[in-house]
Amino acid sequence: MKAAELVEAGPPAPPPPALALAPGARARFRRAEEDPPWARRTLIGAALLFLAVFLLLPAAAVLGEAFRGGLWAWAQAVTEPEARAAIRLTLLVAAIAVPLNTAFGLAAAWSVTRFRYPGKSLLLALIDLPFGVSPVIAGMSVVLLFGARGLLGPWLQAHGLKVVFAVPGIVLATVFVTFPYVARELIPFMQAQGTEEEEAALVMGASGWQILRRVTLPNVRWSLLYGIILCNARAMGEFGAVSVVSGHIRGLTDTIPLHVEILYSEYAFRAAFAVASLLFLLALLTLAAKRALRWSQRRERRPGGEA
Amino acid sequence: MTIQVRGVSKSFGAQPVLREVHLSVPEGELVALLGPSGCGKTTLLRILAGLEVPDSGEVSHGGRALLDRGARERNVGLVFQHYALFRHMTVGENVAFPLRVRKRPRAEVEARVRELVGLVQLEGLAGRYPHQLSGGQRQRVALARALATRPEVLLLDEPFGALDARVRQELRRWLRRLHDELHVTSVFVTHDQEEAFEVADRVVLMNAGRVEQEGTPAQVFEEPASPFVMRFLGAVNVFRGHVDGGRAWVGDLEFSAPALAERSPAHVFVRPHDLELSSAPLPGSFPARVERVTVLGASVRVELRAPGYGERLEAELDLPRSHALALRPGDGIHVSPRRVRVFPGHDLEPDSLTASAL
Amino acid sequence: MRGVRRERSGRGPLPGFGLSTGVTVFTLGLVVLLPLAAVALQASALSPRKAWEIVASPRALASYRLSFGAAAAAAALNTPLGVLVAWVLARYRFPGRALFDALVDLPFALPTAVSGIALLAVYARTGWVGRWLAPLGIQTAFSPLGVVIALTFIGLPFVVRAVQPVLEDADLAVEEAAAVLGATRGQTFARVLLPTVAPSALTGFAMAFARGLGEYGSVVFVSGNMPMRTEITPLLIVTRLEQYDYAGATAIAVVMLLASFGLLLAIHRLQAWTRLRAGIA
Repeated sequence: MKAAELVEAGPPAPPPPALALAPGARARFRRAEEDPPWARRTLIGAALLFLAVFLLLPAAAVLGEAFRGGLWAWAQAVTEPEARAAIRLTLLVAAIAVPLNTAFGLAAAWSVTRFRYPGKSLLLALIDLPFGVSPVIAGMSVVLLFGARGLLGPWLQAHGLKVVFAVPGIVLATVFVTFPYVARELIPFMQAQGTEEEEAALVMGASGWQILRRVTLPNVRWSLLYGIILCNARAMGEFGAVSVVSGHIRGLTDTIPLHVEILYSEYAFRAAFAVASLLFLLALLTLAAKRALRWSQRRERRPGGEA
Repeated sequence: MTIQVRGVSKSFGAQPVLREVHLSVPEGELVALLGPSGCGKTTLLRILAGLEVPDSGEVSHGGRALLDRGARERNVGLVFQHYALFRHMTVGENVAFPLRVRKRPRAEVEARVRELVGLVQLEGLAGRYPHQLSGGQRQRVALARALATRPEVLLLDEPFGALDARVRQELRRWLRRLHDELHVTSVFVTHDQEEAFEVADRVVLMNAGRVEQEGTPAQVFEEPASPFVMRFLGAVNVFRGHVDGGRAWVGDLEFSAPALAERSPAHVFVRPHDLELSSAPLPGSFPARVERVTVLGASVRVELRAPGYGERLEAELDLPRSHALALRPGDGIHVSPRRVRVFPGHDLEPDSLTASAL
Repeated sequence: MRGVRRERSGRGPLPGFGLSTGVTVFTLGLVVLLPLAAVALQASALSPRKAWEIVASPRALASYRLSFGAAAAAAALNTPLGVLVAWVLARYRFPGRALFDALVDLPFALPTAVSGIALLAVYARTGWVGRWLAPLGIQTAFSPLGVVIALTFIGLPFVVRAVQPVLEDADLAVEEAAAVLGATRGQTFARVLLPTVAPSALTGFAMAFARGLGEYGSVVFVSGNMPMRTEITPLLIVTRLEQYDYAGATAIAVVMLLASFGLLLAIHRLQAWTRLRAGIA
């Protein structure tokens, strides 16, 4: 087409409004503006209905039942001695399980994402294993190993040590169940980041620990933190595995979730919900933390950063 | 303190990446490793840095074997294509890093950082973070960081590959000037011929894990040792013919080829600017038809068809000559190859760099 | 510095291989392999006949039917609804969107015991919803339906979180191309988008299914645990353990483990297949 012909055809028609990008609008919402409003509203309504029935209702029920007797009753239920013992035990178990699994997660992530060697996929499958196993089976394996009739039972009895129906058993069962959480957060993230910064540090003369401390950890801190929070939430909230192992000895081997069960089975509904609301609050904190961490992560990346 | 590479080979699994590579980097020179993707140049650089270990061969620097030392002990400076700046450290902290991990005293570190930041012309930006800098600025930080410990060898892996064209140009010239000032023995990896020629003292052309040719830019351009080198370093027309007794024939045309005595099929390579066009026939010319005339700026590309010689030939003229000839698509024209290079052989590897395909 | 030449060549230049891999393998052995070995050992102590008796007893079979059936039903319910939720969250803006997006993870973050009593509070006869359903003759708590509802709650995040990133990362240009080529919105959805999300939806289904199979805490409250009717397989294991019938518990556990491993394998394969297709797409 010669220049003259183009001019005569006139200026090109303005793009249809739907495709025009409003200043600041994020690209992925642009598409949705094109869906007819009735379709949009129906879909949103249906989705929210589903979420309301299956999510909001149970959540509201916990809070509603917990505070039905008033704030005073709630506080009483939460501070009575057996509840406090349960809280102490839960905190103790988490204080042991979480650091252990964090150290493991770091080691595993470093090994799997920073080196090439055969058998990695087997390793990854094994790390994921506790995730796919029913918590009851986890507890059962602890019993099989350390229970009175278990493999090491006689040896433990001879030495006067108790694992099952005692705190060590609870710790072991919790460690098994929360094992993969930190690794699962770190591994894909470190995989995606690549090894360039660490290699640069190496060529510049840094030792392994210097690289870990100054280069790797600052880069992975959000994923690491999130993994720790998830690990902690599961450690404090684990029920099935701990239930099998604990023996339900009130005041001694009850964690908060087990205490909730005991209260409920004694028809102390109000108290059960009150104690459960503590865990509910923990869950909300976990969700809030996830939100905050994702936001921080995105904020770091946005201004044309290296990632 | 020359860097000597002798017989280095490396494979990744079943895939050979370097095959018996020999080369030397004289002290104080800037040598470019030039070649297409996959030719092994980056792997060779990483072997020099200590990030890869060759399967066989020797590498020495100033006579001392380099391979016995890990990456950490070699004191080389390495600049990555994507900068590899520590994203959670400021510019100043990035540059200080190599000194801090060697536990240098604080005063020394601060002074050196100031000096380096000034050297790369980023004064005043030492407190910024990498994501607040432009690509060109980031690469300069990476360079300052690599030079912090006064390394004896500087290695650069396609340092300007991630930058846009104008910034690349500026930084190329700037790097050359920096090298002229500091004279650090440097090895520079690139796939961009213009970049290699502009920056380096010597160019090493690599292809499929082997060194094809080594020399100054002028040497490799004017006396390419193989068809690969000739085609990699610019557009080229390829004519099929044969050689016998020191002479080469393409159709009716005859060229001297003193080194080739044996009779064999051959290819005659001619650069576009070495094809002279004339309206009237000249001795040693053949007729052709103009297909297309493209003005590229200061030069003009003429695409030609010459049955019997080539379907898609390319000639390059300067503007005045093009105006003088006043060529239009469809015109008849006469083509005389002036300087040619003859390589014996049957088949050419398929290669998209060829200007013409026979 | 000792010679570093050939020994480390294949693995990579960074330090710490020995320590990190050693710790990883050692801890894996201790925490994962040892307990499983104990299970395997105990299982091998059973004669095949005895094992079969336990594993195929009517009570066990009823529990398999319930556990597998309810888990499958819940995952099946979660899949289309999860895709819907993921679509709405990924594509539309509406007040409260961020809140709902965060809440989707609630079943994941909430301890199972709390989920259990919460669901009971809602669906029991006197519960918030149960009291409306009882006059209609629909029994939710203490019935298989209650188990399905509990597992739907538990599995909700899996499909949503599997599909959501795929929708968010989907190349809008492809949809625009379809529109320009003449496809209606519905056709674009059915022919272009659905195939894109199908693999991840399938993965989400498998993960929800696997989780539902092993779920204990949130189900035992709601189900009523009546043998032959509302007893899930994990509970059967617990019951046997409480009776010191280690052999019986192990036998049933092995059945569950085999199912879990099979599912895990399927999930890994699905994820690999998804990555493959996403690469092509």
